[in-house]
Amino acid sequence: MLRFCVSRFLQGIGVILAVLLITFTIVHLAPGGPFQREGKQLSKETVERLNAYYGFDKPLPVQFLVYLKRMLTLDMPPSLTFKGIPVDRIIRQAFPVSLSIGFPALIMALVIGIPLGAAAALRPNTLQDRLSTIAATAGICIPSMVLGPLLALYFGLHRRWFDAAGWDEPSDWVLPSVTLGVIYSSYIARLMRGSLRETLVQEFIRTARAKGASEAAVVLRHAMKLACLPVLNFLGPAAAGIITGSIVVERVFQVPGLGQHFVSSATNHDFNLALTIAAFFAVLITLFNFVVDVIQALLNPRIGFAE
Amino acid sequence: MKWLISIVIAALLVAGVLWFDSVRRNRPTRVEVATREGILLVGNGSEPQTLDPHLATGQPEHEIFIALFEGLVAPAVDPDENAPGVASSWEQKDYTEWTFHLRPEAKWSDGVPLTSADFVWSFQRMLSPDLAGEYASMLYPLKNGEAYNTGKIKDFSQVGVGAPDAHTLRLTLVGPTPYLLGMLKHYTWFPVPRHVIEKFGKMTDRDTRWTDDANLVSNGPFKLKQRLFTHSITVEKNPYYWDAKNVKLNGIRFYPIVSDSTEERAFADGQLHLTLTMPLTKIPEYRESHSPAFHEDPLLSVYFYRVNVTAKLPDGRPHPVTDKRVRKALSLAIDRESLIHNVLRGGQKSAVGFVPYPDKIGYPNAPKVIHYDPNEARRLLAEAGYPDGKDFPSFKILINTSEGHRTIAEALQEMWKKELHIPVEILNQDWSVYLQNQQELKYTVCRAGWVGDYLDPDTFLRIWKTGDGNNETGWTNARYDQLYDASTKEPDPKKRMEELGEAESILLDDLPIIPIYWYVHDYLLSPDVKNWRHSVLEQRCYKALELVPSASSSPK
Repeated sequence: MLRFCVSRFLQGIGVILAVLLITFTIVHLAPGGPFQREGKQLSKETVERLNAYYGFDKPLPVQFLVYLKRMLTLDMPPSLTFKGIPVDRIIRQAFPVSLSIGFPALIMALVIGIPLGAAAALRPNTLQDRLSTIAATAGICIPSMVLGPLLALYFGLHRRWFDAAGWDEPSDWVLPSVTLGVIYSSYIARLMRGSLRETLVQEFIRTARAKGASEAAVVLRHAMKLACLPVLNFLGPAAAGIITGSIVVERVFQVPGLGQHFVSSATNHDFNLALTIAAFFAVLITLFNFVVDVIQALLNPRIGFAE
Repeated sequence: MKWLISIVIAALLVAGVLWFDSVRRNRPTRVEVATREGILLVGNGSEPQTLDPHLATGQPEHEIFIALFEGLVAPAVDPDENAPGVASSWEQKDYTEWTFHLRPEAKWSDGVPLTSADFVWSFQRMLSPDLAGEYASMLYPLKNGEAYNTGKIKDFSQVGVGAPDAHTLRLTLVGPTPYLLGMLKHYTWFPVPRHVIEKFGKMTDRDTRWTDDANLVSNGPFKLKQRLFTHSITVEKNPYYWDAKNVKLNGIRFYPIVSDSTEERAFADGQLHLTLTMPLTKIPEYRESHSPAFHEDPLLSVYFYRVNVTAKLPDGRPHPVTDKRVRKALSLAIDRESLIHNVLRGGQKSAVGFVPYPDKIGYPNAPKVIHYDPNEARRLLAEAGYPDGKDFPSFKILINTSEGHRTIAEALQEMWKKELHIPVEILNQDWSVYLQNQQELKYTVCRAGWVGDYLDPDTFLRIWKTGDGNNETGWTNARYDQLYDASTKEPDPKKRMEELGEAESILLDDLPIIPIYWYVHDYLLSPDVKNWRHSVLEQRCYKALELVPSASSSPK
């Protein structure tokens, strides 16, 4: 167990460094720069001065090392777009917001997705299966940029249960969470249906039934344990994605979350912010994947902590 | 018994939903509450990139700065008119030597007196090469302003700014600038608090913490109360403002709403008094229902196409668009009315010249020559050697990736094909690549826009001078340069306009650009807001605004 953790930790650091290096290369390869804008063009001298001020006139490897050093010493560089705001302050402000939308969405995705998928798998090719499959497919097909505005129109403008947009009232997380949750629950339902159906025809299930275990015990105690593994696998990266926010949901509901910065930092050539966000996301993904691996090993003795 | 419990549970559930529904439905909207409290709720596009007026370039920042700061001159109730600001009066000689008399009672929002030395220091900061303020060129009308900004002179005392005493400011300009007063309402000319900035760093340090909500000190009708990053910026009445008794609002809250559809929904939900913009798809609906909230006002901006007059064919010969007759034919073949009414549907105005709305900026000499005449277009094209578009080499319209630009390019592609039989393709590129190719003249025809900074044709015509960084067409015309330069030295306003008019006529005869339409500003405004006047520069006079509950302020 300890060896597993240490090796995973070292691998994680490698992954994060690789992500940083690749992101760094890509943002610098992309044409244009942080000081380019429409209309009034900056003079060459001004751009040169700005580059010198932010250290972008140095060779790229040096810039990368300087950046790494700043990160390690927690001396975060300022955002280039939002002048005067250190990038860590942006993340510290936006991440809790994304988390408070993403976490309920994740719970909702599980609470709806798993039973829905299981219900379909238990009675294959019946009406129950068809209905749940239709629901899941619909959930996958409707993009959040359609579902979000629909929810906002009905529950916001029409019924006035919730604010159509904004992040002011305690209930403002509901509609964005539902939008996110519905989509993820559909994925989970489909995964669950497939994997439970596969599990139910396996030998050990037949053995359990033959031993006289009740159907509920067979499904809950034996089948579900194994059938949840693909869902768990999906959940690692998905959870990291959900809690770091979605630009679409944030734009539709005017939520000050982290998702918007993923996209805008890249399009604005805000090197500092883009790199920090990539690093943050890499850390989350690595962490979640690690947790998933541990849970999987605990659930499935065949996997174990072996290398 | 079991069914009874089920029924009771179901009944409780239904009752609960009905109760929730009625409670939520009857809650007051945020606008209703804010109107009572005297807080104006404003949709403001995107999160401001800075709260330092010397580092800003965008419109969201502009709308906030004019609440927080005030220059020598302030917007009047009609924001395009000028009213006294920090300066209570002024006089000028030949529009070149200006003397401003500052109010002795002017103070910063922390109570520190505001003097002419603050202005001198601020202008020096704005023009400092080391600050690299992106908008420093706004101060180039000052004598030696450009030389100081580009590092040619190091001694700021040579720049045309002087403070003979604490309440007098003297500006010496490069040449006669009759539009100076309007320019002074731009945030680049605003004073910034030296006593605060120097607490957090040097004069020319960027990114210091002086703009944090705890530190920012300003001199306008409002002061910063709270900045919630990407959520809102709240300003409150500044008790030290010289005209505080006439400020009617208690505060303003700016929401950075990027999506125009979300902004429109927030308005319909009763969350905003004023939107920055609105989705194109919603305009016909509001227009046809004669909604009192819907406003459509002219904006001092022009949408046009640049033509690269140095473009070459692959074999090295000059591209046909380098022939002025071809450019004229392209312009004459555009049915702008049809484009606006059938495609854009946003109420834009067909461009008849390059400088938009000349009557709104006192420019009687504006040439009005751009029009639609397909027959003349065909004649000119034939004269240039391409009768009926025969053998005309295909070229590309360069646009940056955007649905709106594509739609317009497609409409023009169709018109040029139909009227002139010219094959045209559309090339869309990512924002920065598009900008780069435009600057390096690696295009044939490309879409562009220009927004005026002050109420004078100069803001549109200066960019076509030979070598101007924003020319980007390769076009050069000695007579144009001569006329433009003469206009910058002309003390007689009438004659100056004549020179600018003649210069624009040359521009529109040579057509290195194809003007397409003049912008309008479509937005929503709650009837609760009184004394609102629209400005073609999107200036606002916040201190005149008042909130009075009106019957129709509840959501639709």
